[in-house]
This record gives sequence, C-alpha cells and structure tokens, in this order.
Amino acid sequence: MQNLTLILVLAAMAGGAFYMGRRRSFAVVGGPAHSAQLHSLPGYYGYFTLIWCLLPALGLFLLWVLLEPKVIVALIVESLPDAQRTMSAGELNLLVNNIQNLAAGDAISGEIDTVMRDAADRFNEYVAASRQMLAMLTLGLAGLGGAIALRRIRPEFRARNRVEQVVLYLLIAASSIAILTTIGIVLSVLFEAIRFFREVSVTEFLFGLTWSPQTAIRADQVGSSGSFGAVPLFAGTLLITAIAMVVAVPVGLMTAIYLAEYSSSRIRAVAKPLLELLAGIPTVVYGFFAALTVAPWVRTAGESIGLQVASESALAAGLVMGIMIIPLVSSLSDDAIHAVPTAMRDGALGLGSTRSETMIKVILPAALPGIVGGILLAVSRAIGETMIVVMAAGLAANLTANPFEAVTTVTVQIVTLLVGDQEFDSAKTLAAFALGLMLFVVTLCLNVLGLTFVRKYREQYE
Amino acid sequence: MTETKITEEKAMPEAGPVEPAGEFAAQKPNGAAARKVVDRVTEFGEETVGEVRCENPFVISENVNVYYGDNHAIRDVTLEIGRSEVIALIGPSGCGKSTYLRCLNRMNDSIESARVTGTITLDGRDIYSSDLDPVALRARVGMVFQKPNPFPKSIYDNVAYGPRIHGLAADRAELDDIVHTSLDRAGLLKEVKDRMDEPGTGLSGGQQQRLCIARTIAVNPEVILMDEPCSALDPIATARIEDLIDELSEDYTIVIVTHSMQQAARVSRRVAYFHLGRLVEVDETDKIFTNPQHKLTEDYITGRIG
Repeated sequence: MQNLTLILVLAAMAGGAFYMGRRRSFAVVGGPAHSAQLHSLPGYYGYFTLIWCLLPALGLFLLWVLLEPKVIVALIVESLPDAQRTMSAGELNLLVNNIQNLAAGDAISGEIDTVMRDAADRFNEYVAASRQMLAMLTLGLAGLGGAIALRRIRPEFRARNRVEQVVLYLLIAASSIAILTTIGIVLSVLFEAIRFFREVSVTEFLFGLTWSPQTAIRADQVGSSGSFGAVPLFAGTLLITAIAMVVAVPVGLMTAIYLAEYSSSRIRAVAKPLLELLAGIPTVVYGFFAALTVAPWVRTAGESIGLQVASESALAAGLVMGIMIIPLVSSLSDDAIHAVPTAMRDGALGLGSTRSETMIKVILPAALPGIVGGILLAVSRAIGETMIVVMAAGLAANLTANPFEAVTTVTVQIVTLLVGDQEFDSAKTLAAFALGLMLFVVTLCLNVLGLTFVRKYREQYE
Repeated sequence: MTETKITEEKAMPEAGPVEPAGEFAAQKPNGAAARKVVDRVTEFGEETVGEVRCENPFVISENVNVYYGDNHAIRDVTLEIGRSEVIALIGPSGCGKSTYLRCLNRMNDSIESARVTGTITLDGRDIYSSDLDPVALRARVGMVFQKPNPFPKSIYDNVAYGPRIHGLAADRAELDDIVHTSLDRAGLLKEVKDRMDEPGTGLSGGQQQRLCIARTIAVNPEVILMDEPCSALDPIATARIEDLIDELSEDYTIVIVTHSMQQAARVSRRVAYFHLGRLVEVDETDKIFTNPQHKLTEDYITGRIG
C-alpha cells in the first residue's frame, strides 16, 4: 500500500473513531437526552477516541518511515558477497547508491553485474514487504487504540481532562520546535568552529590584526597560506554599526516623540504606516541604493570639501543601514512612550508643565527601559545585517576608524567565504563558522544585556 | 417595538409625585431611566435651582458648554466658586462633573475633539482668552487625580518637580524648604522624612495620594481641583485625606468631585449637583442634604438614582 493511501485510510479511521466515541458516550448514558450525566461534553469522548486511534498509529508510521531505509540498506549490505563487504566506506556507499538507483530504474554509473542486479531485486522485495508490514501494523494499531478508548468510555470518565492534557503536550511540542532549531543551529556552528580552531588558534583569530583568508589548495598554486586575524572584521562591523546607530537613534527617537505626543491623529494615521513601509523594503534594495546612490554622493560630497573618500565607504553603508533601522527604533520607542500611563501625562500637565517638560522629565524617563530595549534590538539587527554591507561597504579588511575608507564586516566575510565552490575541510571555509559563532555570541550578549537593563529599570519605574 | 412600549408605559407614572418604579429605574438605567430623566429635566425647567452666586467669587463660570465631537457633555453651566471655599461636585456617573472640573484648568485642551464655549474667569481674568497660557494657568489651578499618580522618581523629586519647572526656588536650600513644607502640610513628612530618595511609587496608596497633594501644593496654587481623590483608597486613608482637605481649605479654594455623599457632606461648604451635563442644583451643603429643592437632587441623595 502506498504511504499516501495509508495516511488517507488512517484519517478516515480517525474520523470514524471520533464519531463512534461520541455515539458511545450517548449510549452509556442512554441517549442524547441524558448527556448531562456525562462528565464531559460528548465531543470530548469523540476526540478522546480519535486521539487513541490516531496518535499511536501515527507515531509508529513516522518511526517506521524514518528507520526503514537504514534497516533495508543494512540488510542489503549484509547479503552482499565478501568481496563487496570488505570495500572501503566510500566505495560501499557508491555501490549501495547504485543498487538503489537500479532498483528504482534510474540511470546508474558503471557496469551492471549480477551481484548488483540480485541486490537490486532483493532491495525491491524488502521495500514491498516493509510497506505491507507497515500498513498492517499501523492500521491494526489504530483499530486497537480506538477499541481500547471506546471500552474506557463511562459517564464518569474524565474525557475532557485527557484531551486537554494531549493538547497541552501538542502546544509544548510546537513551542519546542523553535528552541530545538536554535540549539541545532548553535551546535552545528559550534562543531564546525571547533574544527576551525584546530587549525587556527583562538588567540590568533580573536586578536590577530590581518585578515586574508585565501589559502592555496594545491602545493604548486600561487597564494598565501592565509591569515585569520578577525580584528579588522570586528572593527569594521563596529564602525558601520556605530554610524548606523548615530543615524537611527536620534532620528527614530525624535520621530517616535513627535508621533506619540505632538502629531494630530490624522498625521499619525498617515505617517505611521508610511514609516513602517520603510521597514518592509527588502535589504537588497537598500543595498543597491547604498552602493549606487549614496556611496557616490558621499564621495562627491567628501571630495568637494577636500577629503579622500573611497567609492565604497563605511559611511555610505552605515548611513543607509541607519535609515533602514529607523522604523525599528521609532516603532519600539513609540510603543514604549504609549505604554506610559496617561495618569503620568495628566499629572505633569496638571502641575503646569509644558508639553516638552512633560516629555523630557516624566515620559521619557518612564519609557526609558522600552526605548533602550528597542535600541539594543536595533544594534543586534545592525550587526547581523548583510546585504547592505555586501554591496556598499566593500571587501577590503582594513583596520581603520576612518568612515571614509572601505571596510568589511563579519557578515560580508561569511558570505564571501561560503559563496561559490567550496571544500569543507580547509580553514578558509571553516572560518565562516567561527565568524558565525562570534556573531551569535555577540548578539546573544547584547540581548541579555538589554533584558537585564530593561528589568533593572522596570523595578524602579513601575 | 414592544420594549419601547413598555418603557413609555412605565415612564408615565414616573412623572407623578409617588415613586412606585424606583427599583425598576435602578435596574434598567439605559432605557427607562434615561427617558424618565429627560422628562423630569424638562418638567423642572433647565434653570439651576438654589444659589449659583456666592460672596467673594473667585472662579466664575458663565454659560459653559462642553462638546466632545457631537456629544454635548456640559450644558449651559453657570456657577460661582468663592475664595477659600470647598465646593463638592456630585452626581451620577457620566453627568459631566469631571468634565466641568477639567475645564477649570483647561485639561480638556489635550483632548482633540473637546470644545468649550461660554466664559470661565479666575480672579476676574478669562482663562480661555487667547493671551492666557494654559501652562501658567495650571500652575495656579492645581489638580489631584482619581488614581494616585506619583512620577517614577524619588519622593523628593516628585515634590520638587513643580517648583523646579516653575523656577520657584533660587537654590537647593530653598527647594529643600519648599519640599519639606509641602510634605508637612500634606501630613506626609513624618512618614517619609528618612526615605526621601526612595521612589514615590513604593508608598502605599494613601501615602501616594498625599504625595500627589504635596506635589500640587508645592507649586503654591490658588485653586486645587480634586477628581475623586479618595475613590482608590481605603477608609482610613480616606479619613486622612478628608482631614487634610479641611486644613487646606483655610488657604486654598478647593473643588472636589466625589461619589460619596458622606464625603461631600463632611468636607464641603457648598454642593453642586450635576445631572446629564446640567447643573441641577447648587446650595449650602446643609441645605442640599436636608432640604433639597429639586426632585432630581432629592432622588440622588436619597439613593433612588445614580
């Protein structure tokens, strides 16, 4: 039986189980008229039966589908003649791959011999047998589960509590997906980074002043042996982030103050969505805006006052990144300002404060935790931003604090290290993971810092 | 259809001298009661009963109307409030007493749709004239709110806030002096003098409200508006605030909105009864509570409406 058909049959059985469970609940109290005697609403008995019918069967199905290929391959390898079984792991892999392709009727590499043909036939047999067993077991389990559930239905049986328990587990499972994914990402980055640090020492990576990741692939190739001091990247990232924040924080904060306190509701109704539109522009569009419009403008402007400006400058990238972040800062600050109770505002106004005194002396201090939280989020965003800097900041790993020079950032280097054909055993490629780990650690620290800050002030202000 | 009919039938005997449907009105305030009230207001005319004038008037409102968009919240209120007088504004919820209170220091300015007509003068000056700065007005007419709303600052800074923004103190010593005097007058100094640097939000509700009163008198206003200042407080804290109002009435004109008729009777010299945006009756407190002239006032103070 095909897996899809099996799932459809299972679904039909589950539907039937619901119906039967519900009917059974009526039967045990003697008809729908007496359903008030049931502990739970009749539907819950239906769901209870459905869960018993579906969940164990579904669990078995998933487990089976997950394990089936491995078991079958193991069986095939077991049955191969000794000559093939003693092959190296790589060759054996290729052979198994060929057998699978042959079994599926696809084109394969190399000659087809009798050993392979036999193995392919066996492979097909195993698959067919496995499918049959799976169908029988799953449907049997579904029927059994449903029957057990039906037998347990009594008027005093607490079906609602059971069903809600299962729903609770479902909710927990759903929320752990995001957490588990994060852990998975961290671990994968961590392990690759550890491989990198076997080749390049941690101190060289963290404190080295030269970044030149090109390594020779072959002995006769021209090229340096690579130098993995990441300080220029950190400095570049910091420089661009600082420029972005210098743009975004004052502009965003002032926008928020205007929108929250001074603008009429009509202006607010138009301006706020427009501002949020800015947040919806893809970063790649900001990127070419930075590279094609702002960078040349910065160069012309700089040269007109006699400054040497590179055509790809930290300033251009930082300015555009700052503009990109304005909506983030302004909308979070706006929320924070709005969250300050009107009673505060009234109290200050009632004492004869002007609007600006109310704003500066009462509302901003009260909203500060939220505003700082928003700014820290914006910093994380700026540090992690890639597209704008790839296009506008350049690739030269200059260690400089001069915003008119080209710099490069951690994210840009990750992109350049991993774009194109790569081999995953050279320090050059693995460096990307070490950089990614750094980025992750820094943003994590920023978030923790932001949260503690917010919490500390919240105690004082609320 | 049927419901309107019932309302009309029920409303008919309402107009008579006896009150057979008093309970009914209390149960269905939006339908029958509203209609009944409109009938009665027209029956008694739109004139305010009692004595709206007083000796030595300080705050004079003439024909004040307030609109929130299309909603006519205050209708033609004329009222004189005397110097160093405590006047209580009473009436059922939504009758406009708080709205009227907020007219007196132009707090309604911050509501976009609000519009005020008529004239209100403070010590002879029109407070709605274009050359008057509402900020300066609010320094003269202080306000205490329903819920204690100390700023998220230290106790000292809460009280010092007003003097600081108005530049009332020349140096730190003078500011200290103002803060201490204000806290003392609000009856809070003893409780907080050892913890002036702690946040004002850490005080109990009653203490917070007294802190807000201290904050208000630190600016040295001439009038203090109080919008249900005790509604969020327990009886003991309420008693302390009432004592305080009594003491403050020697120096300040106090306008207090309250839902508690006992409170109005205890603290005020005059009482103004509002109903559906109209000022129904104003008179000496004793007179209002012992011998109200208007039927609506009588109903309210005897607990039939509200």
